[in-house]
Amino acid sequence: MAALVWRSTDRGGSNFWQAISNPQSVAALKLTLIVSAVVVLLNAVFGTIVAWVLVRDDFRGKAVVNAVIDLPFALPTIVAGLTLLTLYGPKSPVGIDLAFSRYGIGAALLFVTLPFVVRTVQPVLYELDQDMEEAAASLGAPPQLIFRRVILPVLVPAILSGVAMSFARAIGEIGSVILISGNLPFKTQVSSVYITGLIESGNTPGAAAVSVLLLAISFATLLGIGALRRFTTRHDA
Amino acid sequence: MRSRLSLRITALLYLLAVLVGPVVMVFYRALEHGLGDFWDSISNGAALHALWLTVLIALIAVPLNTVFGVALSLAIVRRKFPGKGIVNAFVDLPLALSPVVVGLALLLLYGRQGWLGPWFTDRGLQIVFALPAMVLATIFISLPFVVREVVPVLREIGDEQEQAASTLGAGSWQTFRRITLPAIRWGVAYGVVLTAARSLGEFGAVNVVSGRIQGKTETATLYIDAAYLDFDQKGAYAVAVVLALISVVILIGMSVFRPTEETA
Repeated sequence: MAALVWRSTDRGGSNFWQAISNPQSVAALKLTLIVSAVVVLLNAVFGTIVAWVLVRDDFRGKAVVNAVIDLPFALPTIVAGLTLLTLYGPKSPVGIDLAFSRYGIGAALLFVTLPFVVRTVQPVLYELDQDMEEAAASLGAPPQLIFRRVILPVLVPAILSGVAMSFARAIGEIGSVILISGNLPFKTQVSSVYITGLIESGNTPGAAAVSVLLLAISFATLLGIGALRRFTTRHDA
Repeated sequence: MRSRLSLRITALLYLLAVLVGPVVMVFYRALEHGLGDFWDSISNGAALHALWLTVLIALIAVPLNTVFGVALSLAIVRRKFPGKGIVNAFVDLPLALSPVVVGLALLLLYGRQGWLGPWFTDRGLQIVFALPAMVLATIFISLPFVVREVVPVLREIGDEQEQAASTLGAGSWQTFRRITLPAIRWGVAYGVVLTAARSLGEFGAVNVVSGRIQGKTETATLYIDAAYLDFDQKGAYAVAVVLALISVVILIGMSVFRPTEETA
């Protein structure tokens, strides 16, 4: 890691600045951050719904559904990208072609980050006593109100920590994105694929500079997770 | 009741669209021309070598990470040493880091113009664009999993039994083997399963440090990428299905070993 930071400033600060501020690099980073942010928001909503269904609902085959959640952790990311291409690619049987588009990148990131929110919210929901919800219901609160005022506040720290983990994963993701994105500069080129391209064309200092930027964002996200964890454990105790 | 049902349907449809649908589809595509055709696609030299290389790297990385991960967990939970907080934070780093960045860092360290690269080259050892760097990259990427599973278990069991064992005259190795290891074995098992999954599927870092020489440093994931870009979609699907089948086995391992919420 030290070598990375060192090499990125090898040719002086101005080169470092040039490498990260050139239009293609900025476009890639912007795309990465925007798509990741949207994906993470979707994760927060659907992850919470899935976790709720897995904890509170009961139906046949629930154990299988619960196991399937871990699939993105078990499946190689390049395989994930390929599977998405077979269903949502040029030869899509359902008529949806997301290849070489931002939506394709979004779908890939949704796939690989799906477990994070589910797996952080699930244990909290298990622990949650239903007494308060019943009390609220007996006092005449409609389900939406109970969810918003009683359940959601307890879940927020878990959702946020899942969101932070998804975000960290999404901004660095390459395997699942590389095939479906088509890597079109200024259009569907994300930072990780951009860096790979720079390395392959021998521009190591440039690659190092953009990497350091990604590294800084990862660090910030990691620190955020740490702070969240401390915050929530303090409030548990 | 109706809202419960609609939530269930929403959740299941979402999982179907994002997860299950695509995976089923890749199996269909790989097998639509029959098993014989599928077999032809993976039984060529490059594909078989790629699969073998992937398994080989995992076979090196997983045991090393298991031993190192358990040792590191013990150090984090049971010992006090300067810089412990930093070590603790760094363990999680590979999870938040882009694999591409990890690959580049290794390249800069062990490459031809890297800090340590020339030293190894002088001694006839090639690290980058060869197996050692690919193993290193895989170890780095899959490092956190055992530690993250074992640390909470170690905290939970406490050290009373270990202390009791040592007052009764057990050596530290004996204490570890008889007391600590049996207590943490499920956590270790789950960590190993996660490590294996990550090792077999690694792409971004290996992509950078391997040089992607077909039949030499091309792993299964790199093979899929190359085959797809080469319009050999059948070949890509076939190897992808082999990896997906391994993932299903890993998934079953995960659901067996995963600490269950109800009892935790």
